[in-house]
Amino acid sequence: MAESRRYALQGFFGPGRDEMVSHTPHAAYLGMRVIEIGAGFAICKLPYREEIIGDPQRRVVFGGAITTLLDHASGIAVACALEELIPVATIDLRIDYLRAATPGLDLFGRSECYRVTRNVAFARAIAWDRDPADPFASAMGAFMLGANRSGVPFSRDGEGGGAPA
Amino acid sequence: MSAILDAIPYARFLGVALERTPTGIECVLPFRHEIVGNARLPAVHGGVLGAFLELTALLRLIDENGTERIPKPINFSADYLRSAGPTTTRARAEIFKLGRRIATVHVVAWQDEAARPVAAGNGKFLL
Repeated sequence: MAESRRYALQGFFGPGRDEMVSHTPHAAYLGMRVIEIGAGFAICKLPYREEIIGDPQRRVVFGGAITTLLDHASGIAVACALEELIPVATIDLRIDYLRAATPGLDLFGRSECYRVTRNVAFARAIAWDRDPADPFASAMGAFMLGANRSGVPFSRDGEGGGAPA
Repeated sequence: MSAILDAIPYARFLGVALERTPTGIECVLPFRHEIVGNARLPAVHGGVLGAFLELTALLRLIDENGTERIPKPINFSADYLRSAGPTTTRARAEIFKLGRRIATVHVVAWQDEAARPVAAGNGKFLL
C-alpha cells in the first residue's frame, strides 16, 4: 500500500516560481532559478555568466559557485520534505568536483532530501551541464531543523524569508 | 597575489580582498546586500561562505606554490558554525599536508572575534 505523506509546501510542488528566489538576494543576483520542486527534491539552475568564472584562461566556473547552487537546491529540497514549515540551516556540506563544468553552459543542480529526523535532515545532490547522467559535481549535506525563527525559505502566504543561510 | 584575485571574476564578484599579516595571508569578504541568503536575519548565504572558504584555501596554496599550476579542487567540506551576520567576514587557511600530488588545507572564517568562527572548511586540491 502506498504511503501517503503530507508536505507543508505541497501547494508549491511543480515548476518553479519567481518568488522562490526573490527573498534570497544572492540567488536573485546570480540569476538562479528554481526549475522544479516536489516531495523532498528541488532542481535549480545557475546561468553561466562572467561573474561565476574561477579560471579566466579556461573560463571554467569557480567551485564555490557550484557550492552555492547545491547548497541552495539542498535547502529547498529539505524544506520540501517537511510536514510542517520550520526554519532550516545548513550544518555542513561536502562537494566532490568530478570534472570541470563545460564553459558556456548553464549549470543545473538537483538535490534530494533522503532522510528527515526530529532535529536533522540529510540531503544529497548532483550538478550537471548537459546530462544528469554525466554530473560534474556531487554533494552531501546535513541540515538543522528549527534552527532559528527566520530561516523559512518561502511561506504559503508568499511573504517568506530568505533561503537557509 | 592581489593580481590573481583581480584575475578571478568570481573573486571580484564577491569583492574579496587579500591582506598580508605578520602571521600569513587573510582574505576579507565585505558585507553587501548581494551576498545575503536570508533577508530576514539578515545572514550571508551559506554558498557564499563556502565559496569564500574555498577561495581562501586556494589562495593560500597559490601563495605557497606560485602560479605556474593553479591547484584544482578535488573536494571541499564546509561546516557552518554560526549564522554570519551583516558585517565583514575574514578567513585564514592553513596547509595541513603538502604532498607531491595532493594538498590538504584547513580554513576558518570569523566575523568580530577570531575565537568565534562562523564557518570552517577542509579542502583537498590536486597540485
